[in-house]
Amino acid sequence: MSRENLNCILVIGGGQAGAQALISLRQNGYEGALHLIAEEPFLPYQRPPLSKAYLKGEMAKERLAFKPQDWYESHNITLHLGVRADKIDRENHILHLQDGTELTYDALIIATGARPRPLKLEGADLKGVQDLRGLDDIDQLRPALKRGTRLVIIGAGYIGLEAAAAARSLGAEVTVLEMAERVLARVTSPVISTFFTQLHERQGVSIRTKVRTDCLMGKAGHVSGVKLSTGEELPADIVLVGIGVLPNQELAEAAGILCETGICVDEAGRTSDPDIFAAGDCTSRPLIHYDRRGRLESVHNAIEQGKCVAAALMEKPGPKLDVPWFWSDQYHIKLQIAGLSQGYENFIVRGDPTSERFAVFYFKAGKLLGVDAINAPPEFLVTKKLIISGSALAPEELQDTSLSMKEIAAKYAA
Amino acid sequence: MAKITYIDHTGTERTLEAKNGESVMEVAIKNSVPGIDADCGGACACATCHVYVDEAYLGKLSPPEAMETSMLDFAENVRDNSRLSCQISVSDELDGMKVTTPESQH
Ligand SMILES: Cc1cc2nc3c(=O)[nH]c(=O)nc-3n(C[C@H](O)[C@H](O)[C@H](O)COP(=O)(O)OP(=O)(O)OC[C@H]3O[C@@H](n4cnc5c(N)ncnc54)[C@H](O)[C@@H]3O)c2cc1C
Ligand code: FES
Repeated sequence: MSRENLNCILVIGGGQAGAQALISLRQNGYEGALHLIAEEPFLPYQRPPLSKAYLKGEMAKERLAFKPQDWYESHNITLHLGVRADKIDRENHILHLQDGTELTYDALIIATGARPRPLKLEGADLKGVQDLRGLDDIDQLRPALKRGTRLVIIGAGYIGLEAAAAARSLGAEVTVLEMAERVLARVTSPVISTFFTQLHERQGVSIRTKVRTDCLMGKAGHVSGVKLSTGEELPADIVLVGIGVLPNQELAEAAGILCETGICVDEAGRTSDPDIFAAGDCTSRPLIHYDRRGRLESVHNAIEQGKCVAAALMEKPGPKLDVPWFWSDQYHIKLQIAGLSQGYENFIVRGDPTSERFAVFYFKAGKLLGVDAINAPPEFLVTKKLIISGSALAPEELQDTSLSMKEIAAKYAA
Repeated sequence: MAKITYIDHTGTERTLEAKNGESVMEVAIKNSVPGIDADCGGACACATCHVYVDEAYLGKLSPPEAMETSMLDFAENVRDNSRLSCQISVSDELDGMKVTTPESQH
């Protein structure tokens, strides 16, 4: 379809990617009809603060929204908030909404994100058992988090650990349960795992690794504890479940659009149907710096793909693709991740973890894959450049703190 | 409350009402001021909210924390009056401040 025939675009999902697509379409000069279909009954909002400042009560709700209501009005965007998109009729170019509305489209952007992986255990449906994904989850959780509240978090990923930090600052008693032998086992090296374990333990969090949860126990319909496979029972007033997410790809799959783990898209965000695009957590995309495909769950990815899709539709050049990046805030620590360290063969540590300012660089076959930078922006920012430049550098040089990151950048990423 | 004027790289000025406690970045984003991306939403993690602050007001801002200084150190075209706008919190004192946004954050 060419630009001249592009008179109605529908965006499904009002998260980071959907919001970015709307913003970029109007910025790129798209003047036709534009609809947002969003299941959550809110104006598109940012998720990162949900497990950080917002959970701690340090950020007002209005500040979560990307854009105020009047922006949507002045940009002529029709909002269908609190409404699910149910079915894509590709042949007739019609989207069926849950409320019976049928919308015709010239192009469709699927930005349906991901949903929490459900905990398949007895008692998972008790009151007081909570996911950590949406504003509703946090608004239910926060009033219950008080001094002395016994909070058990199942799953030690970044979001679970951020919630642990926020809950500690509110005075809750926090236990984190992890099946693997260390926290963050799927996403980082033992050095970083140890660093975060010790950080949380110093703050009074109890971290329990290599534990299996047997079931959740309840009293009068509300959760009262967690039973481990050893028979041990941990009392709990609230249980948070943070065991990963699943891409919301069913809508695309049911319409016969090619999916793997995530909706398959090309660099421009186009799916196997040329009139249908996808962006954000729901996609599986080419990872150009790694010669492979994969699914990312990050703000960077959602913004980048939102921009790519809008540019492709308007036949404009897309943004320069960045190295994947992510951050996490826990207590006074800021972790910044650049690149994808999965599959690393070796790593080196630059700086001293006890100083709370250090970085771990990951390599495979001599190639720099990525960095986990703790309170260390230069290491984070320079690694992006090093990965883009692709130049071979010796791990020892990164280890040598007498060489500044500026000098390293000048030598290898100029 | 403060009135803040944003000047983009073409010289176009936009004067906006800002509430105390909001950041200079948030006011810009909500009002579609060009030249600020703010990818991380104010977490001091992305350095895509770089602005140049009117010299007369520099002294009225709370000094940058180590993270901000360190992030700015690697931004493009940094000057003495560079700041990350997400780290500037609006107060009455900033009434009349002008900030200039760069052509691009990348
Ligand atoms: C608590 C938390 C903290 C995070 N912290 C960070 C961080 O510090 N840094 C970082 O980089 N990333 C962070 N992330 C990840 C980041 O927020 C996500 O990667 C990003 O939100 C993905 O955006 P998205 O638009 O693809 O999906 P989502 O934000 O999930 O939005 C998708 C939307 O689509 C809606 N939807 C789904 N199906 C339908 C349908 N059929 N019809 C209509 N609407 C539908 C959903 O309800 C949802 O609102 C965090 C995530 C969470 C949950
Ligand atoms: S918005 Fe990311 S550093 Fe300011």
